[in-house]
Amino acid sequence: MALLDVNGLKIYFHTRDGVVKAVDDVSFSVDSGETLAIVGESGSGKSVTCYSLLDLLPKPPAKIEGGTALFDGEDLLSCSLERMQHFRGNDIAIIFQDPMTSLNPFISIGEQLIEPLIYHPDKARRLSREDASKRAVELLDEVGIVDAPARFNCYAHEFSGGMRQRVMIAMALINEPRLLICDEPTTALDVTIQAQILELIKQLQQKRDMAVIFISHDLGVVAGIADNVIVMCEGTVREAADTESVFYRTSDSYTKRLLAAIPEGAKTMANRAEEGQPLIEVSHLKTYFNDYSSPAARAEKRQVKAVDDVSLSIQRGEILGLVGESGSGKSTVGRSIMQLVPITSGSVSFNGTPISGLSSSQLVPWRQRMQMIFQDPYASLNPRMTVYQTLVEPLLYHGLANSNNIEQQVQQLMDDVGLARASMRKYPHEFSGGQRQRIAIGRAIATKPELIIADEPVSALDVTIQAQVLDLILDLVERHNLTMMFISHDLSVVRYISDRVLVMQRGSLIEEGKTETLWANPKEPYTKNLLSAIPLADPKSERERLSS
Amino acid sequence: MLRFAFNRLLQAIPVLLIVISATFFLVHSAPGGPFSADKAVPPEVIRALEAQYNLDQPLWQQYVSYLGDVLQGDLGPSFKYSGRTVNELIAAGLPATAELAMYAMLVALIIGISAGVLAAMRPNTMQDYLPMSAAMLGICMPSFLLGPILVLVFGIHLEWLPVSGWGDIPGDKILPAITLGTGYAAYIARLSRGGMLEVLSQDYIRTARAKGLSEPLIIFKHALRGGLIPVVAFLGPAFAGLLGGSFVVETIFQIPGLGRFYVQAAFNRDYTMILGMTVFFATLIILFNLLSDMLALWLNPKLRQQAGGES
Amino acid sequence: MDRLQAMEEKGSSLWRDAWIKLSKNYLALFGLGVIALLCIVSLLTPWIAPYGYEEQNLMLGATAPSLEHWLGTDIFGRDMLTRIMYGGRVSLMVGFIATAVALVIGVLWGAIAGFVGGRVDAVMMRIVDIMYALPFMIFIVLLMVVFGRNILLLFLAIGAVEWLTMARIVRSQVMSLRKQEFVEAAYSLGLSQWTIIRRHIIPNTLGPVIVYTTLTIPSVMLLEAFLSFLGLGIQPPESSWGLLINYGVETMEEYPWLLIFPGVTLSLTLFALNFLGDGLRDALDPRTSKD
Repeated sequence: MALLDVNGLKIYFHTRDGVVKAVDDVSFSVDSGETLAIVGESGSGKSVTCYSLLDLLPKPPAKIEGGTALFDGEDLLSCSLERMQHFRGNDIAIIFQDPMTSLNPFISIGEQLIEPLIYHPDKARRLSREDASKRAVELLDEVGIVDAPARFNCYAHEFSGGMRQRVMIAMALINEPRLLICDEPTTALDVTIQAQILELIKQLQQKRDMAVIFISHDLGVVAGIADNVIVMCEGTVREAADTESVFYRTSDSYTKRLLAAIPEGAKTMANRAEEGQPLIEVSHLKTYFNDYSSPAARAEKRQVKAVDDVSLSIQRGEILGLVGESGSGKSTVGRSIMQLVPITSGSVSFNGTPISGLSSSQLVPWRQRMQMIFQDPYASLNPRMTVYQTLVEPLLYHGLANSNNIEQQVQQLMDDVGLARASMRKYPHEFSGGQRQRIAIGRAIATKPELIIADEPVSALDVTIQAQVLDLILDLVERHNLTMMFISHDLSVVRYISDRVLVMQRGSLIEEGKTETLWANPKEPYTKNLLSAIPLADPKSERERLSS
Repeated sequence: MLRFAFNRLLQAIPVLLIVISATFFLVHSAPGGPFSADKAVPPEVIRALEAQYNLDQPLWQQYVSYLGDVLQGDLGPSFKYSGRTVNELIAAGLPATAELAMYAMLVALIIGISAGVLAAMRPNTMQDYLPMSAAMLGICMPSFLLGPILVLVFGIHLEWLPVSGWGDIPGDKILPAITLGTGYAAYIARLSRGGMLEVLSQDYIRTARAKGLSEPLIIFKHALRGGLIPVVAFLGPAFAGLLGGSFVVETIFQIPGLGRFYVQAAFNRDYTMILGMTVFFATLIILFNLLSDMLALWLNPKLRQQAGGES
Repeated sequence: MDRLQAMEEKGSSLWRDAWIKLSKNYLALFGLGVIALLCIVSLLTPWIAPYGYEEQNLMLGATAPSLEHWLGTDIFGRDMLTRIMYGGRVSLMVGFIATAVALVIGVLWGAIAGFVGGRVDAVMMRIVDIMYALPFMIFIVLLMVVFGRNILLLFLAIGAVEWLTMARIVRSQVMSLRKQEFVEAAYSLGLSQWTIIRRHIIPNTLGPVIVYTTLTIPSVMLLEAFLSFLGLGIQPPESSWGLLINYGVETMEEYPWLLIFPGVTLSLTLFALNFLGDGLRDALDPRTSKD
């Protein structure tokens, strides 16, 4: 018998609008030393499944309607809260997606680490504070926290994202659990940090012979570390098999779609960049912000150099990718070009005419010619305006339509971005994330712009939706003869869509090149690091990479 | 932390100066002098009185000398209680008011926090509805209504508790403290429920649960600190409110405290008394606001470090 | 752009969702009903009041509730129901007008601070912080003493105290809206500042403003009643619930109904307004729509 045996698990959510079958008849098992990956998009029930094992679901609305989860022969779903507290943290531990919000900001991380030891439900196994602290420091050291004894008394906000996740891992391992559940442990992290954390989890597992359940939306992340994979969709298991079968020999249509949705390989569309006068020319752009993060910074009038001396140009018809990790200043470059943030110095020219420094009324004609698509489809639409109102606004404001043809123009836009005409009178909250992003794209192309700056337009979307929206963007670029700057942290996406790529780090451009040249032959060590950290949806090569 | 306190204290000085000046000129611009209400006082007597209180000097001169006195902690003589200074009167009223405010605050904190925490532990159940309905009742039942009703029921009808006085008969402090504290207990209950609910929905509470900690440990160690920050920040304003509330409660229960003096001074048009007490109250309230801000700050390690950060 | 309004059609807007949610909240509906009833009664009082406001009957004196006098009479034989109705006019008027004063000052102050930002915001909010720390109750008493008990002054004084929280709410709302991507999108469309404020900022700040306005009215009415109770607010021959409670306390041992009826009326009104405010908050807060 396996360490954990889940059979026929059913979890329903009883909401005001009816019953949602979040998990419907799910079975799987995992044994010591084994890694099981549960893969699915948002709403697939993958996290709900795992939270139910530790009784972490809010009840109501959640209700377990059936099934068993035998851990070492004992059913986790029907045990008492007291018994559950024995399992939690001792036999089964869990790490969460966002290490910032998952650590208590009011208690030092050392104190949080030793809690499972000093408050152990089994009184005989309780440790004294000193012994527990000693053990915690050792573990912090093991997960790669430098200068662990000194960091022991620090608070969560004093660590970087990657370090926080290491602390979370140490906390999960403090009682030597036999099963570790990882709920999207690297989703909130930059790609280079992600690689380190994945490796750490792998190592720790091998050393301890733990069972690991790894939840992810990203098949690429899973390829290198999972022994078995189950693919979930809308509460049901679509496929359950060993990793190689899933990646190389799947017969399930949904799994195929997931695999196909991973942007991989080079762009298929021809490079349409024209020679001659660049459409956008940015020279020596500096955008600094006042640092208000602390009273001390404010008092000293410290500045954050978000963009520090960046020069670039975009040819007409070109798709330029701008990549960098969080905090690299890539979004600020886009907003500076759009004149949405005041620039500190330098200049931006559109088609040879300088537009930086123009007043907002002088900018109006230029604004029609350049538009922006934003990252968060939930924040980028006014919640109190219908799709129709959102799309009509640019048309009427720039005098591109009159009352006779406006209806027809909006319908045309809806068709363009693949939305049903009938949903014109609906409000944003009645749409899914992908549909909302389509509305935002429709608004951006409404003024018939020449340039579109897309700031992480697909990062908030599920992979299958992401692929559809990327294809929509490429299609629109071609049909409307657009020039585009595509800003993203996701290198695979950038490679799939851009002709040329710029790499940013800490406010500066550090490397640029034609996409394929750069991929084949990166010069800067930082770029090399970035590229090698991308997880590939290919178990064999991933395993080689992780073991090297 | 000390630096922050020092900065805030520095900022409080101009604020106090403005308060003193505004109050001074407001009081002195009042139509009719302080003695005009008394009938048939010979002009020479008024003149003598005015000279005694420096009222014959130009206004700015009075202002400067008053400011000088206040800086030395001297709030001047009372108009109505001849021979007594405002300082003396404040010293006489302060103990009762301070004691009353303290008891009321205790009532408010103990009842308020426990009701709020209980309600937040099981939202949308009876354990939530009952204390929260009671809290709503407390908010909608102002002290000047609650006090007389309590007197009517427990003092006059049931004859369990004395209906007035302060420290004369055992138990005479109970009704005033409850009257003054109830409204704040209700408000604190709502604040702490909101704060606790917010915190209990945080990811780190889920983490604590996943570690196998017991529910009491989660509530008291992991949630309470964050959940009570709104309550702590409210303590300063609550204190100001208690002072205001003491006007009513001390009047109802005939307690010889500052609030009653203030109301009497207002009716008697005892200008130096009003002026002096306003300055005193303002100082006290600004000080308490500072304290509650600092306490709220200190509870949050991130802000604590920033506020106390070097340079 | 105004043609847009004409073209609007139905859809499930957030306002409609909020209304549906509110209409399922019986306490809030009860509150709304009570407020509406009170407003109507107050408007019609001169015509529907059973007796004249100053109509005394010294022979009668204080009597318990009866068929002629539903809520009894006071020591001068004046009908309590009539007096509570007239008092309600004043109390509600103070509540609404002072709240309107607070609303205007608070919204303008907060919107300007939030929208202009930078140093202007820092200075404006510093002022609010400082004023928060001031003993306003004492100031109002002072004002009343110095300038006499003037009802207009009372409106202004209370309004001037209550705008602070409104300013903070509006400012934080505007600040967070300004950073929202849909406002950035409006900028990048080239919309003018005023259009952005009118079409994108105001409709999205309205919810919290409505909620807080509803919650300000009871606290203003409470403040008025408090001052009137002390004898420092409304003065005779005008009357308000606070003043009636004050009279009621003096004679509560002999004639408890003189305290209880005005007290219950005031509490019930405060209840209704608070329930409505809480209900509106639940209905308009997008966070509560999730569960």
